[in-house]
Amino acid sequence: MVKKALKWTYLMLILFFLYAPIVVMIALSFNASRSSAVWTGFTFDWYKDLLGDAKIMDALKVTLSVAVIATAVSTVLGTLAAIGIHGMKKGWAGWILNVSYLPMTMPDIVTGVSIMMLFVVLKMERGYWTMVMAHIAFDTPYVLFSVLPKLKQMDPNMYEAALDLGCKPFKALTKVIVPQVTPGIVTGGLLAFTMSIDDFIISYFTGGSAVNNLSIAVYGSARRGVSPSMYALSAIMFVVILVLLLIINRRSSLENV
Amino acid sequence: MKRSFFAWPYVVWMIVFTVLPLLFVAYYGFTDATGALSLDNWREFFTSGDLKTLWLSVRLALECTAVCLVVGYPAAAFLAGKDMSRHKTLFVLILLPMWMNFLLRTYAMRTMLQDNGLINAFFEAIGIGRKQMLYTEGAVLLGMVYNYLPFMILPIYTCMKKMDRRVVEAAEDLGANPLQVFCKVSLPLSVPGIVSGITMVFMPAVTTFAISKLLGGGMTFLIGDMIENMFMTLKNWQYGSTISMILLVVIIASVALLRKVDPDNQGGGLW
Repeated sequence: MVKKALKWTYLMLILFFLYAPIVVMIALSFNASRSSAVWTGFTFDWYKDLLGDAKIMDALKVTLSVAVIATAVSTVLGTLAAIGIHGMKKGWAGWILNVSYLPMTMPDIVTGVSIMMLFVVLKMERGYWTMVMAHIAFDTPYVLFSVLPKLKQMDPNMYEAALDLGCKPFKALTKVIVPQVTPGIVTGGLLAFTMSIDDFIISYFTGGSAVNNLSIAVYGSARRGVSPSMYALSAIMFVVILVLLLIINRRSSLENV
Repeated sequence: MKRSFFAWPYVVWMIVFTVLPLLFVAYYGFTDATGALSLDNWREFFTSGDLKTLWLSVRLALECTAVCLVVGYPAAAFLAGKDMSRHKTLFVLILLPMWMNFLLRTYAMRTMLQDNGLINAFFEAIGIGRKQMLYTEGAVLLGMVYNYLPFMILPIYTCMKKMDRRVVEAAEDLGANPLQVFCKVSLPLSVPGIVSGITMVFMPAVTTFAISKLLGGGMTFLIGDMIENMFMTLKNWQYGSTISMILLVVIIASVALLRKVDPDNQGGGLW
């Protein structure tokens, strides 16, 4: 009993450490003062200001739209790549997979500066679309490596059978292969979306100075002080994510029963 | 039409956005401003004070990894243990902060650490007096541990969950005391989780530049700050590329070292 109490206390301390800054952030979103040092009263003003704050809303739009586009493209690109690589000779497949590991193991900062140099050398002005391209580049391997194991579990003769029965390759792809690897595609897509939404470093180097996502906006305004409306936004996001996770968790534990 | 055709668009994309950029890093890393082959940047790195920056980054990242392991291992063990396995919500709560923007969380940490922040107010209330905490090495370390602790807990937890509990019970039945059970059974079986935890904490910690800037305020200048500075402020691609290559070597060496501990790479990634 004592042992169990000690374990609980320990885990509670960890949770306290992890949540203290988040709680402070949420508290500050209700603080009447702009300063983070003093509490001058409760207010909803920052939540009202949020919608009118062009800088934050733009950053939010950039973050979400880049993540959606990059996820969509990389899901298609990565799934097709997995299917293609699965049908390749060992040697070539090995090479491609080894190179695909690179963006996942390389430090983000090196990926960021190297892609930045590419854009500068190609004389492409950095902005929204260069950021999207960089995101597709680091998202796609996650999709590839989520789909590949599912393909390996599949019966290899299915695709050939579809072709023998007169199916066009594209149709065989959408009707035979894709339905069987859907769980892998979904996992890969979710991974890509999370990576994309959370990215700071690669966006920072490839997006140029004109286009800000939320991370870049926070980083840029850190010296002058982040607007409490930013706290309000993250408080809203926190609640949304918390509710979603708890629902998913509830679902999966119900399925287990 | 062959099936391998489907991979072509990706292969082209990969060559343009992974292989080609890396070739740029290699090219600029070994040339000088005129484009001539040169090792001057390498010589400069190893003879100037910049080598110290690399050591500081590696030391801080190692300290961060050690703290995360010591703090995170028991947490993972408790979460995966018999008593807690029914409380899945607890595990979700540990993961949740990872989905929050890390810069905002680090910034919130900064407001807590600042001279007139919450922690100093607490110190004053209990009579210790205010302390300068922001812009110290300790603050950077704290920020790293705060950001990367879940990355340590998660793989160890996953690994322990997969562990066959009957092995532990067998050891107990055969008369091993709790310490022996831990040293001879639980710990060796959780090595794959520890290895991937260490990789996932050490890598981002050694390359960070945002945490050191927000919490160290330029006082703690790390290798990541140096690269950022070379590319964004000084526009010295040559030297920036050289440092990037050195950083890559550090990473590859540490991965190779960890592979030796866990040759089968059973720990897998985060997911």
